[in-house]
Amino acid sequence: MMQRLKSWEGILLVLFLMTFAGNVVLAPEFLTLQNQINLFQLSIEKIIMALVMTLIIINAEIDLSVASVMGLSACAFGYMITIGWPAGGAIAVCLCIGLVAGLINALLIARAGIPSLVVTLAMLIGFRGFARVLVKDQSMGNFPVWVTSLGQEALVGPLPLSIILFVVLLVGLGVLLHRTGFGRQIVVIGTNAEVARFSGLNVARVKTVLFLMSGFVAALAGLLYAARLGSVRGDAATGFELDIITMVLLGGVSIFGGKGTMPGVFLSILIILNLRNGMALTNITGHIQTGVIGILLIASVLIPNLMSDLRARRMKAV
Amino acid sequence: MIGKIHPQTLRIVALFVALLATVLFFSTQIDSYLSPRMFTRITTSAAVILPIAVGQAIVVMTRNIDLSIGSTVGVVAYLTGEFLGLHGDLNPVLVAVLAMGIGASMGAINGVLVAYGRVPSIIVTLGTLALYRSFLVQYSDARTITTASLPQWLVDLPQANAFSIFGLDVRVTVVLALCAAIAMGLALTRLRAARRFYAVGSNPDAAMMAGINSARVVLTAFVLSGALAGLSGLIFLAKFGNITVVAGLGFELKAVAAVVVGGVSILGGSGSMIGVVIGCVLVDTIDNSLTRWELVSEFWRDALLGMLIMAAVTVDTFASRSLRRLGAKQGAQ
Repeated sequence: MMQRLKSWEGILLVLFLMTFAGNVVLAPEFLTLQNQINLFQLSIEKIIMALVMTLIIINAEIDLSVASVMGLSACAFGYMITIGWPAGGAIAVCLCIGLVAGLINALLIARAGIPSLVVTLAMLIGFRGFARVLVKDQSMGNFPVWVTSLGQEALVGPLPLSIILFVVLLVGLGVLLHRTGFGRQIVVIGTNAEVARFSGLNVARVKTVLFLMSGFVAALAGLLYAARLGSVRGDAATGFELDIITMVLLGGVSIFGGKGTMPGVFLSILIILNLRNGMALTNITGHIQTGVIGILLIASVLIPNLMSDLRARRMKAV
Repeated sequence: MIGKIHPQTLRIVALFVALLATVLFFSTQIDSYLSPRMFTRITTSAAVILPIAVGQAIVVMTRNIDLSIGSTVGVVAYLTGEFLGLHGDLNPVLVAVLAMGIGASMGAINGVLVAYGRVPSIIVTLGTLALYRSFLVQYSDARTITTASLPQWLVDLPQANAFSIFGLDVRVTVVLALCAAIAMGLALTRLRAARRFYAVGSNPDAAMMAGINSARVVLTAFVLSGALAGLSGLIFLAKFGNITVVAGLGFELKAVAAVVVGGVSILGGSGSMIGVVIGCVLVDTIDNSLTRWELVSEFWRDALLGMLIMAAVTVDTFASRSLRRLGAKQGAQ
């Protein structure tokens, strides 16, 4: 029991219970089902992306372009609706845009061998630029009613479509990571890509699949964002990568690759959602919230580093 | 024949040709483009970015990245502006020291976390990018620094001419920024201490074997980057006068663009200040020209900037790979 509590997941569980209890004390009505659904719904695009980002970071890569792909997909949707396209066709095109974005990243990273940090940083600027080209400085809305109601209202029981998608992805990607051969390949490549390559693993293929998946899911998240808000602007989803990467790293995923679990990331998502909610309840503004997330991001890597230093020193002393 | 020329020289020549081609192209597209006014416009705009590009280059040479500089520029511009509003009689040199000092201490926070906390620079500076900006928003409390509160010498600084050459005016701010680049360029080629940036970036293990304290070198790189962002912040304050919480937003991306286009390898260990200067001017020329190009909407700026970085990195990767292969072949003979 002590060992379990000392693990990263144990710490996360305690943190989650603390933030959750804090919210309950601050606002007793927090416990209603509708409030819990709203809690997820408000950040749904980020938490969906965090699931895919988990696989990418465990693979020792990073995708900084996700928020821009989300923005591009949302803006492309707004643009196509404005020029009179049917929503169904627009959705299909947006998902294809996501796949193409993922493919560009994948080719440059997996085939050309350019570091993902550089590629996706350039694409963070580039894809955002294309989103601006499409909507300029306007706000584009007037989506068909079925789109906005799909984005805002309950679909099955009390659950809206986006939360159902989140649960499906959580379970699906969790199983993929922890229970399949492909998942093992992700981890092994993340631990040591060189060794993995010499062991006969197709490193380029695994990375290609991951970045295609990231582009596709980011486009999907962008569509959910557009449908939820009912209109889009050129700066849609700007800066989301901060929250997304924080959720993953706080969840115990190593930024150096090869280590991390889906349950850990799920706990960390719960913590950040509850923390943001609690801060909003105590009238802490969005900008300070962003600062707190920034600190959390650094701390989630710094603290494990310091703990391992301490352990090494104690070993030496013995 | 080509094998005789150093690849670094080749790269500078290629960059220079690209810059000339860009200027020639836009001169056919935009009326009265090749004018002294356009020269002043582009050089003064590049002067704001050049110091942070120089700092970014040093950080990138050590295999790190500093995404927080845009926020640092904003915080320095605001704090310095506020201080000058209260103590307008402060000596200009001390103002520069103050601005660079604020920047350097913000850089030191990044540097300590990266070098001694062993947190990857991308994570640290992504965090401080948000943190510094939210500090500025909170601290400023929606108040704006206005030109009226600034001392006259600072307000006049952007219009002040250092010298004129062929009818082109070279502003003092441009000279300031160039001095920073030249000083760093000289240091990087002549000073033993500055060569350590290359050593740590090209091979950290070998650098350690050679007795170099890598952590201290990385910390120095981040402190320099912060101090130079402070200089940018001061030039920004002088140029715009009115400072709000969005000051310097997105500058980190422009600096990365200038550095990467300027041929500083993102894998660390190589790059020159001449390249950074030309890269910076090239990026700013494209940026400033697009806003005046009637054929294409100015909303294409970011899209083109992203493509430009990607093209530069891709060409760089393949060029250095084939150069290495060529070198290996020659070595075999």
